[in-house]
Amino acid sequence: MQDQTSARTPRNLDQAVVRFAGDSGDGMQLTGTEFTREAALHGNDLATFPDFPAEIRAPAGTTAGVSGYQIQFAAHEVFSAGDQPDTLVAMNPAALKVHLADLKKGGLLVVNEASFTPGDLTRAGWKSNPLTDGTVEGYRVIQVDFDKLVTLACEGMGLPAKDVQRTKNFFALGFVFWLYSRDTAREESSIRERFAKRPDLAEANRRAFKAGYYYGETTEAADAPYQIAPARLQPGTYRNVMGSTALALGLIAAARQSGLRLFFGSYPITPASDVLHELAKHRQFGVTTFQAEDEIAAVTAAIGASFGGALGATASSGPGVALKTEAIGLALMIELPLVIVVAQRGGPSTGLPTKTEQSDLFQAVYGRNGESPVPVLATRSPADCFDACIEASRIAIEYRTPVILLSDGAIGTGSEPWKLPDLEALPRIDAKLRTDPEGFQPYDRDPETLARPWAVPGTKGLEHRVGGLEKDATTGNVSYDAQNHERMVRTRAEKVQRVARTYPPTEVAGDPDGDVLVISWGGTYGSVTQALIDARAAGMRVGHVHLRYIHPLPLDLLTVAARYRNVLVPELNLGQLRLHLRGQLGMETVGLNKVQGKPFHVAEVRSAIEKLAPRAKEIA
Amino acid sequence: MSGKLNLAKKDFVSDQEVRWCPGCADFAILATVQKVMPELNVPKENIVFVSGIGCSSRFPYYMNTYGIHGIHGRAPAIATGLKMARPELTVFVVTGDGDGLSIGGNHLIHALRRNVDLKILLFDNRIYGLTKGQASPTSELGKKTKSSPYGTVDRPFNPLTLALGAGATFVARSVATDTTHLAQVLRRAAAHKGAAFVHIWQNCPVFNDGAFDEWSEREVRDDSLLKLEHGKPLVFGKSKEKALRIGDGFRLEAGPMTGSALVHDETRDDLALAMALAALEPPLPQPMGVLRAVQRPTVDALAREQEEEAARKRPPDLRALLHSGDVWTVGTN
Ligand SMILES: Cc1ncc(C[n+]2csc(CCOP(=O)(O)OP(=O)(O)O)c2C)c(N)n1
Ligand code: SF4
Ligand SMILES: [Mg+2]
Repeated sequence: MQDQTSARTPRNLDQAVVRFAGDSGDGMQLTGTEFTREAALHGNDLATFPDFPAEIRAPAGTTAGVSGYQIQFAAHEVFSAGDQPDTLVAMNPAALKVHLADLKKGGLLVVNEASFTPGDLTRAGWKSNPLTDGTVEGYRVIQVDFDKLVTLACEGMGLPAKDVQRTKNFFALGFVFWLYSRDTAREESSIRERFAKRPDLAEANRRAFKAGYYYGETTEAADAPYQIAPARLQPGTYRNVMGSTALALGLIAAARQSGLRLFFGSYPITPASDVLHELAKHRQFGVTTFQAEDEIAAVTAAIGASFGGALGATASSGPGVALKTEAIGLALMIELPLVIVVAQRGGPSTGLPTKTEQSDLFQAVYGRNGESPVPVLATRSPADCFDACIEASRIAIEYRTPVILLSDGAIGTGSEPWKLPDLEALPRIDAKLRTDPEGFQPYDRDPETLARPWAVPGTKGLEHRVGGLEKDATTGNVSYDAQNHERMVRTRAEKVQRVARTYPPTEVAGDPDGDVLVISWGGTYGSVTQALIDARAAGMRVGHVHLRYIHPLPLDLLTVAARYRNVLVPELNLGQLRLHLRGQLGMETVGLNKVQGKPFHVAEVRSAIEKLAPRAKEIA
Repeated sequence: MSGKLNLAKKDFVSDQEVRWCPGCADFAILATVQKVMPELNVPKENIVFVSGIGCSSRFPYYMNTYGIHGIHGRAPAIATGLKMARPELTVFVVTGDGDGLSIGGNHLIHALRRNVDLKILLFDNRIYGLTKGQASPTSELGKKTKSSPYGTVDRPFNPLTLALGAGATFVARSVATDTTHLAQVLRRAAAHKGAAFVHIWQNCPVFNDGAFDEWSEREVRDDSLLKLEHGKPLVFGKSKEKALRIGDGFRLEAGPMTGSALVHDETRDDLALAMALAALEPPLPQPMGVLRAVQRPTVDALAREQEEEAARKRPPDLRALLHSGDVWTVGTN
């Protein structure tokens, strides 16, 4: 017995993908984030993909109620949460049913065998027990009776059995900590903090966690445990950050950099609500959050605040943005700054609220009445949300225009290590509020940006009226003049076009010319980047442009694309960026399209690249 | 505000030509508002008029203050954002019966519920003016309009009970033809700290002429209007010979003014009296003046207090905020 418990030397791995899956009530998101925090503190690079059902509590034990959390962590740079888990923890038969197919062949499967009762199996739709009928053949299965082991661990505490059973997720966490040789002390203090108000639950969860860890030490899992060295990340101070948190922090930073107050109007909607939740905590920065009666009120209140000289911002997802559409038109007509964060989710209509998709590009770029151009940007990853918000705000403020920032559900709920920025190095945004009444005309324009003056109430001598009716090109008074209307339509379009003059040169990753240029945007950044690395390692000549600026498109994009034989545009929609590229630039591209509410697998992108790029050795 | 500003009515008149139909009652409201503005003694750069869409909503263009002519129905929401961002401003909302009670009904009730410090003037002509004569949410049941040639089949809102029900802290009514009364009510509304809802009967001679004649015409108005005065008996009639009192079945009823009459009290915390007055139906008179004026904290002030309180407890430090949670350092070697 004592021989078995003596620590085995961990095997070194470069990276691993772990997925925790269980019932919505099993605490899988918490388990995942706890493991993620430890991986971050350990110094691994990482990316995560939480995947949960729209229902808060779907019927227990059914596949509809399965909630999952995947993390890829590595000793090197990581771009995506990984295609296939190396380790799958399945808390019940339903979780196994939903996720088994994704597990790598030969991967490690950890299951709570206590939950494989006939009733549980039926609820999950298994005809026979997958643990015994050959279904799990080809995987390395670790079957543990979680129920019994947590009961033993908590023996003598006098806790109700119900509370004891709730610690099962920490048992699973403990086991995975052992599996990847993680630091248990840090987690134990985190558990104590989390349950500070209930020391008895803290102790029960701590015991369950340790029991899971010790179970690992005594188990006969082939070649385990593993260890994954810290990644050689760029020197700096890091924290792990979720996309929605970074969006909120980015808005606060943008307000600070421009010397404006932040007013954030929002109406709860998945997956945008977390931006509201985060901002609401930080009132000390002069952040006003307003939970409006609906999305229309949320955005129009933000417009009112902008008129008053604040940075007006709002966040929503597709259905809510549909409601904001008319107001965005007003903001572009009265030419005031407004930032609209769009956390895309599966559509149309209510669609797939908790699943990710990129199908709101058309809505953002083209979805308004009239000739109504609006700059549209996209964020590519959780940490990138911070910079993207500052850039969106810069454009909104400098050009006096609504700006749409596209994010998505996977970015918002996903997390990654974030190299904390040097505040001194953040760009300054000059709001240039007009104060001089001399020669003031509300629709006079800056010759370079075509921005009109931002004259806010309280400024003597600048009293003026704005509104959604067409404006006279200088005075801003209502004008029905035919020539003036055309001039204004063209001026508004030109103003938005000129935003492209301020873009940095388009960055190309990979080969500067070759067979394939991959043009992607938004949350596919990670999978595409990894696919490109793989494809180039296999000898293909491929470049990658990941677009920050969706509208207007970068001026040098056509020139860059001309250096490649093919352009591949992978998107989680039916080809919206493709059509946009064709319409705006006449660019012919090949699409890779997936609309399953899930991110791309690296392999899917790689094989699309392969189809367009002959391998070097094949050419030779 | 210290000192008297030397403002006159003309300071509030913008250089824009007023484009309402001849005879429209909006002219009288505009003139009355412009006349009352100097009395507020607020610098005009600190005043903002916000409106939606409709004939009435053109109002801000004619005021030489800051102004936003917004989108249909959304003025209360635009104004809420403005007021929360700039609590020191004096913000007026101008809306119509369609703008404020139909498409914008949701925003109106929520602005009232939140007690945003806004002065909301609802110009009620009981018709959609700008779109040329369709029924509105205040058009009387059975009204024949372009959109209801057989007569409407939906019951109208009573804007007063609606506002009271939404929790408005100030509710009043006036009529464009009685500019003295209107000016009094506007002064009261402007002085109120909180959401002030003013329902203004406004005749539209083009699409709904005479909508208020049965109450406001000279020959009938003494009997059909009940002029409310705080602390005064609820009496009406040519020589104030009729009074309201509480009758059987929890109802207000009218009778000769003998002995005691019910006394008006705007400041009552409960809604019973204000609601009963607001809900009076012919043959009982229609209330005119201030139904309710109570003090409650405003949302703009409360929100600002939270921010200031938070800043006192935790002075804003962006670096500390970014570095919060689990932070680690990667060295240079
Ligand atoms: C979204 C939207 N829907 C419809 C309209 C058309 N519209 C303009 S004003 C109006 C009704 C205005 O009625 P009311 O508020 O009573 O104002 P009035 O013209 O009577 O003063 C309508 C339906 C619009 N401008 N915008
Ligand atoms: S249509 Fe009626 S409400 Fe509109 S301006 Fe003419 S008279 Fe006034
Ligand atoms: Mg009307």
